[in-house]
Amino acid sequence: MTSAPTVVARAEAPDLPVLRRPAVALAIAALGLVLTCCVALAVGRFPVSVGQVLEILGAEATGTAPAGEASRDVVVLVRLPRILLAVLVGGGLAVSGAALQAVFRNPLVSPQIIGVSSGASFGGALAIVLGLGSAMLVGFAFAFGLVAILVVYAVTRGSEGAPMLMVVLAGVVTGSFFSALVSLLTYIADPYDQLPAIVFWLLGSLATATFAKVGLAALPVLAGSLLLVLLRWRINVLSLGDDDAAAVGLRPAPARWTVLGAVALVVAGAVAVAGVVSWVGLVVPHLVRMWVGPDHRVLLPATFLVGGVFLLVIDTVARTLTAGEIPLGVLTALIGAPVFFALLRRNRQRLWDSA
Amino acid sequence: MLDLSGLGFAYTPGRWVFRDVSLTVPAGTATAVIGPNGRGKTTLVRCAAGLLEPTEGTVARACTPGFVPQAHGSTFAYRVLDMVLMGRARHIGPFSVPGSADVAAARAAIERVGIAGLARRAFPTLSGGEQQLVLIARAVASGSRLLVLDEPAAGLDLRNQSRVLALLRELVGDGLAVLLTTHHPDHALYLADRVVLMHGPESVECGPAAALLTEERLTGLYAVPVHSVEYAANGVMRRAIVTGYAAADDAPVAAAPFSPGPPPDRTAPPGR
Repeated sequence: MTSAPTVVARAEAPDLPVLRRPAVALAIAALGLVLTCCVALAVGRFPVSVGQVLEILGAEATGTAPAGEASRDVVVLVRLPRILLAVLVGGGLAVSGAALQAVFRNPLVSPQIIGVSSGASFGGALAIVLGLGSAMLVGFAFAFGLVAILVVYAVTRGSEGAPMLMVVLAGVVTGSFFSALVSLLTYIADPYDQLPAIVFWLLGSLATATFAKVGLAALPVLAGSLLLVLLRWRINVLSLGDDDAAAVGLRPAPARWTVLGAVALVVAGAVAVAGVVSWVGLVVPHLVRMWVGPDHRVLLPATFLVGGVFLLVIDTVARTLTAGEIPLGVLTALIGAPVFFALLRRNRQRLWDSA
Repeated sequence: MLDLSGLGFAYTPGRWVFRDVSLTVPAGTATAVIGPNGRGKTTLVRCAAGLLEPTEGTVARACTPGFVPQAHGSTFAYRVLDMVLMGRARHIGPFSVPGSADVAAARAAIERVGIAGLARRAFPTLSGGEQQLVLIARAVASGSRLLVLDEPAAGLDLRNQSRVLALLRELVGDGLAVLLTTHHPDHALYLADRVVLMHGPESVECGPAAALLTEERLTGLYAVPVHSVEYAANGVMRRAIVTGYAAADDAPVAAAPFSPGPPPDRTAPPGR
């Protein structure tokens, strides 16, 4: 962080309990992420102690690792890529959700609800049906994620009276449309080869994580997330609404398109390697907002870190709880749905006011 | 500071909201736009502030104005200091965050507006009057010498109206140029050097406040009896504008636009 937010933080610090001060909160989130990673590397079907994990990682980093040792292979080749992928996907989806909630000025929006995931799913499924490689799969997922978000935004724009209603409606319609297209693709896909590939890909899983996949997801997810975090204060201004943004001398449209493009990049990258992982982008921003407050200068980086922790914990549960893996999309929804329900109840009054 | 010349605006081609409005707002003066609902007051000031592109005519501004929209709720519970800080947006790049100079400007604006005690409160928890002062502070924080306000006193009680008006008068005293809309001719009389009367699309009258805020013109403008009364305050005679609310047996008042405007195209609603 630059010195500027520190000035604000210092001036405002007496109001806040120590754990909620921006610098402290970010440090806690980062520390939590590192600790969760260490524990996640250790637990699983093949138990390795945390001490051993650190030893193995140290040896790996200095290039003195003994090859062929089982514990080293499990930690470095099996668990590490999966953990990196979980952190990338969780962090990216969470920070996207936080940015979308600001841009649409609606705390109930997530990449899922506004149809980006469905669009990206269709793009990926299309790439599989056309027999294209995994790089094209990411490209197609990105392109159709962008198409979906453009459709929703075009429909929502200019309707000042009922933004909540319009966003949800437009998102549901766009999502259903692309879901129908995905169904169409699964219907015409080759049932021995392409169909299983589409279905497993859509279910949402990190089980097939490799360093190649990490490399594939890292570029769009990190680039998009970094863009969102860099725009953190602009997003504060955008979250006041078009009118207020214009009132303070900002042309809202370019910044908004940048945010939406970055979100499409992140979601497309995440969907391409992990399928549709629901709820992370909705629930995590709320949890973090309750913790650090609404200022996106702190909220966005903290959301990325906490989103990484959130999905990593869920994925670790998914692979350790039962012998057969619970699909990731199932677990996130099982945990996310009750939380969303509680939020809906809490916001019921405002929901009706704005709808 | 602000120069409108031959300004016209139409949301749909041919249906003018107003036409041929020419107006100058020099530094250290205030201009008030008054007129009934739906005559384009807000549209006019939004054109002046650059939020709407005029259909015809030109707007010349010495600087980007600080615009104060009508107060409304905020989705996110930002603190007052953070809200005011957002007034600095035009000075801050897209990938940048406010620096200590911006924080100092925001704090100075908060001091200037007299809401230092609220700096750490969450914006949505403030009263309507306090929120209005925060939005004015946000416009002041931009450092602009031109303020454009859309009904800054709307929805406020008498005490808060007086607070906002006194603040605006002080800002004019500081040398700022102020353009505002208001539903209270009394506010225009108190604050404005010049007024704009929105009689109708083709008849917008601009001139010195004292000359235009007359009983006949205002009665014709609003189609209710408006009275100008004199009263003594601290031994000084002052003028106030009051509404003659209709009694049960009053005859309805017809809207009467100033001549040489066109005849009224709408009859006034009957008195209740």
